[in-house]
Amino acid sequence: MSTTGTPTPDLRLDPGALRHLADAQMNVELDTGDMILNLGPQHPATHGTLRLVVRLDGERVISADPVIGYMHRGYEKLSEFRTYPQITTLINRIDWLSSFANEVPFMDGAEQLMGVEAPRRATYIRTVLTELSRIATFLLFLGEMGLQVGALTPAFYGFRDREHILNLIEATTGGRFHPNFNRIGGLKDDLPWGWIAECRDAMKIVFDACDTFENLVLGNEIFAARTRGIGIVPGEVGAEYGMSGSNLRACGVDWDLRRDGRPYLAYPDIDFAVHTHPDGDSFSRYVVRLEETRESARMVLQLLDAMPSGPIMAKVPRIIKVPEGEVWVETENPLGQMGYYVVSKGATGPFRVKIRSASFSNVSILPWLLRGVYVPDVITILGSLYFILGDIDR
Amino acid sequence: MRPVQQELSDKLVVLGDAMLESTPVFDDIVVRVRPDAWRHAAEVAKDELECDYLSFISGIDWAPAPREGGEEGSSDTSAPVQPTEMTFGAAGSAGRFQVFAHVQSTRRHWGFTLKSDVDEADPRVESWVSVYPGADWHERECWEMYGFVFDGHPSLRHLYLPMAFEGHPLRKDFPLLARVVKPWPGLVDVEPMPGEPASEPTAADAAAEAGDAS
Repeated sequence: MSTTGTPTPDLRLDPGALRHLADAQMNVELDTGDMILNLGPQHPATHGTLRLVVRLDGERVISADPVIGYMHRGYEKLSEFRTYPQITTLINRIDWLSSFANEVPFMDGAEQLMGVEAPRRATYIRTVLTELSRIATFLLFLGEMGLQVGALTPAFYGFRDREHILNLIEATTGGRFHPNFNRIGGLKDDLPWGWIAECRDAMKIVFDACDTFENLVLGNEIFAARTRGIGIVPGEVGAEYGMSGSNLRACGVDWDLRRDGRPYLAYPDIDFAVHTHPDGDSFSRYVVRLEETRESARMVLQLLDAMPSGPIMAKVPRIIKVPEGEVWVETENPLGQMGYYVVSKGATGPFRVKIRSASFSNVSILPWLLRGVYVPDVITILGSLYFILGDIDR
Repeated sequence: MRPVQQELSDKLVVLGDAMLESTPVFDDIVVRVRPDAWRHAAEVAKDELECDYLSFISGIDWAPAPREGGEEGSSDTSAPVQPTEMTFGAAGSAGRFQVFAHVQSTRRHWGFTLKSDVDEADPRVESWVSVYPGADWHERECWEMYGFVFDGHPSLRHLYLPMAFEGHPLRKDFPLLARVVKPWPGLVDVEPMPGEPASEPTAADAAAEAGDAS
């Protein structure tokens, strides 16, 4: 073959030329600069439609730019065109895995502005359902995190065991994902007959599930190898980025709004521990969520034991007008700090609602966090941060 | 108000003359700072008040909402009827636009809301990215939703909306396009609660009753 000019080997005639060409191409590729990889918008690790534009040098990420907004529904604008009771339908769909927990802070804010207090029984039921939605959210995480490192089995266990919790939520509220059960001043309905006994049984399943995940996932060498020391976030960096919830506690920051924030729901009445982990890596985020699932189940049992009797609805006017004023409410939701800044001008609907959702800030750390990691670790980091796209895009 | 919030309230003097006004709002404290001290306030909050955690940054438009909901008492319920005069919230405002943010301390468990006025003709705010890196996305969102320019922000790009989008959707003069395209059906599908009589019997109901009686 001629060595001058551009070699145009006839591959049919000379099989050796194919190897030569492949070598040449490889050398060229080694020489090339960065490669841009589009991760998503559809990817199983993203729980929705998150796109990551990743600039790669070989297998190493040089920079990552998350592109969000594929599911932006403009809830802050829509809220200005709705009455207070109508808004619960919208905020149900922010973090759709724990919808009930989304409703609570908004109702809390409206109740504070109106000077209404929900009856004690309603508060307890709200707390139980909030913790149940936390368990449901975390069970899915505990299963799915295995999936991100290639273990299929835990995912099935996660979905299976979450179903028990969703059934409980459905039995009470009528909705598996979007309960729309909170009213200003209380709840729509009381617990159905026999529910408390069923709930106790389900908590046994939750404890068993946690043990299973601990043995199956945490005890797995491959899982540890894929997550230990990967995606380390120092606590102070996490806080600067507004990372909250279990993600921040996994960085060793001992901060839980259920204990440290303004007292809300029935949390001041019960004993619970706040779990932290000093490492801040993907593995520790799994450990913390596993412990918090157990803690939530313990909290539910305590609440069921102490469940007061009485009415479930305070006396509120039929047409709800919220007096002029503004209020900031924040709660510890499964994914982190959920807050609403509600401004009212005395009308039937709010003047402005700022929705502070946890995943938005949890994900905004990605450009910092993904710099320098390998491509397969991007997936485990995304999975371990655990975000819901509706919670980012609102 | 929790005792820690009271403690923070006493410490707010470190903001010095940057602070124009402060007022307690339920468990929160709203502090209005001078527009030219917006970033300085963040630095003080982070370094001296130990507020290491940035919750959010956003904007607010105090202009009266357009009367798309029709007159009060009418059956057009497409939007709650808001007052027509411009009034300001806690700690006041000098004009239509304000930027506000919430910072908290993960160690001391306190937090407060900062507000600052934004000029309507030239909406410029100092960026907080150098103090709280997490301000990046919040400021991009605020820029696209309100049109506030954050001086010192590394790249003010659209966050949620398409790159070619024009307008600032959360301003009060930006219409809710869904309602413009298709009017809100209003009360047509609302039925009386079980066990409650309908408020006004319609002609059709009267005819039905007459039919039953005959």
